[in-house]
Amino acid sequence: MSSIHWFKYSAPSTFYPLAGKLIPWFWALFAGFALAGLWLGLLVAPTDFQQGEGYRIIFVHVGASWMSMFIYLVMAFWAGLGLAFNTRLSGMMAQALAPTGALFAFISLWTGALWGKPMWGAWWVWDARLTSELILLFLYMGFIALTHAIDDTRRADKAGAILALVGVVNVPIIYFSVKWWNTLHQGASVSLTKAPAMASIMLWGMLLCALAMWMYSIAVALMRVRVIILERERHTDWVKELLSSR
Amino acid sequence: MYWNSFSDFIAMGGYGLYVWGSFGVTALVMILEPWIVARQRRTTEQRLARQLRAEAKMEQQP
Amino acid sequence: MLAIVTHTIARDLRLALRRPADLASVLFFFIIVASLFPLGVGPEPDLLRQLAPGVLWVGALLATMLSLPRLFADDYRDGTLEQLALSPNPLGLMVLGKVIAHWLVSGLPLALLAPVLGLQFDLPAEALWVLTGSILLGTPALSGIGAIGAGLTLGLRGGGVLLSLLVLPLYIPVLIFGAGAVDATVSGLGPGAHLSLLAALTVGGVAFAPWAAAAALKIALE
Repeated sequence: MSSIHWFKYSAPSTFYPLAGKLIPWFWALFAGFALAGLWLGLLVAPTDFQQGEGYRIIFVHVGASWMSMFIYLVMAFWAGLGLAFNTRLSGMMAQALAPTGALFAFISLWTGALWGKPMWGAWWVWDARLTSELILLFLYMGFIALTHAIDDTRRADKAGAILALVGVVNVPIIYFSVKWWNTLHQGASVSLTKAPAMASIMLWGMLLCALAMWMYSIAVALMRVRVIILERERHTDWVKELLSSR
Repeated sequence: MYWNSFSDFIAMGGYGLYVWGSFGVTALVMILEPWIVARQRRTTEQRLARQLRAEAKMEQQP
Repeated sequence: MLAIVTHTIARDLRLALRRPADLASVLFFFIIVASLFPLGVGPEPDLLRQLAPGVLWVGALLATMLSLPRLFADDYRDGTLEQLALSPNPLGLMVLGKVIAHWLVSGLPLALLAPVLGLQFDLPAEALWVLTGSILLGTPALSGIGAIGAGLTLGLRGGGVLLSLLVLPLYIPVLIFGAGAVDATVSGLGPGAHLSLLAALTVGGVAFAPWAAAAALKIALE
């Protein structure tokens, strides 16, 4: 495990087969965690005395919210790496992650709405968390729109990287400002994630579901980065060889 | 096991629509996304292979 | 160092004054947007007074965004930008000059116009002062963040719509504290906390945004 290995795998031609080998493993991990998490969350965990069975939505909601934020951070990390070291793979990774992050932000909003209807009596409440999640979805949309609008892939990578970094600096500011705004206008009394003294079995179910979504994100991002690599490296010899061999 | 019967499980204490609506859409997204990506990969591979063959043919002809 | 900034400001202002119609259209846009709301929601003074801070702030925010696509486009088209990027002076300072110039022809006139529109919404005198002050204080941050978006979308087709998609989410904190300051004045809480946070955003925005925008410009010029 020397540093040479890392740089070796930062070349698209070596990363492509490596990713292909890794994908089934992450799918297997995903299946394991998902089955365990759903079993605990849906079949074993008892009901919540305050929220009834409706609380079971947290098993997907919390994981999706975490992943939507975490993926943005990872995206910004790859973006920064790409800007600093000028590695081609970094920009591709950032672009492969963005749609998955946006989808998790969407799932988080959707499940938040379905939880809010029975608990708050409204599909949408301008709660600080939900509002920040919506803005995060906008940020993902902006990133995807920008990188797709630029034809030159090098420029698309770098412009996307700057936007991701500017976004990552802004996310805490946005969250703070929305929270401030929210406490001035109304305080949401029940919170989706702050179940009072959550039973450890619920916590485990939630963590396992979140882990499953993490593994899912890695698997899908690797699948997507392979498509991007193929598309961008289509004029190289190794891709031509790969294509003619099948 | 927490549930007494399968219909209890489906009803979710009256929250069935909300709980299954959440889990259902999440499952749908997490099935559709990999499916779409896998399809993209297949079509990309086929398109690039076709281009490659066309280029090879062009080179053969003087 | 300062000479680059002042020189850019003077140059951009001269160019802007040559086209007074652009400045006028920004102001008219603001007036029209603000006038549409009473027509949409009805003329009740109580309701209007409640809506005023948000409506006027959103209007001002959209109006400053209107002229953003032009921020670098003209210099890009005639090659000036490329020369500036090649010169030994830091590009960030030039962008800072452009940001200040943009504020002088958008944020500043909008702030001066805002109290007049505030009268249409029956805002009390104190709130009108805070409205002007908050727009004065907040719009430099909008110009700064906007410059990043303008740099990223430089020369792209459909750049204007894309620019708003990138920039609007980043504008949200400024909107919250700006409209919040006026809101707090109307409800008697006092705007102090909001205005100091707004000032912090502007200082941060004007200090960092030009460098990010300069990086974006360099990428666009490659």
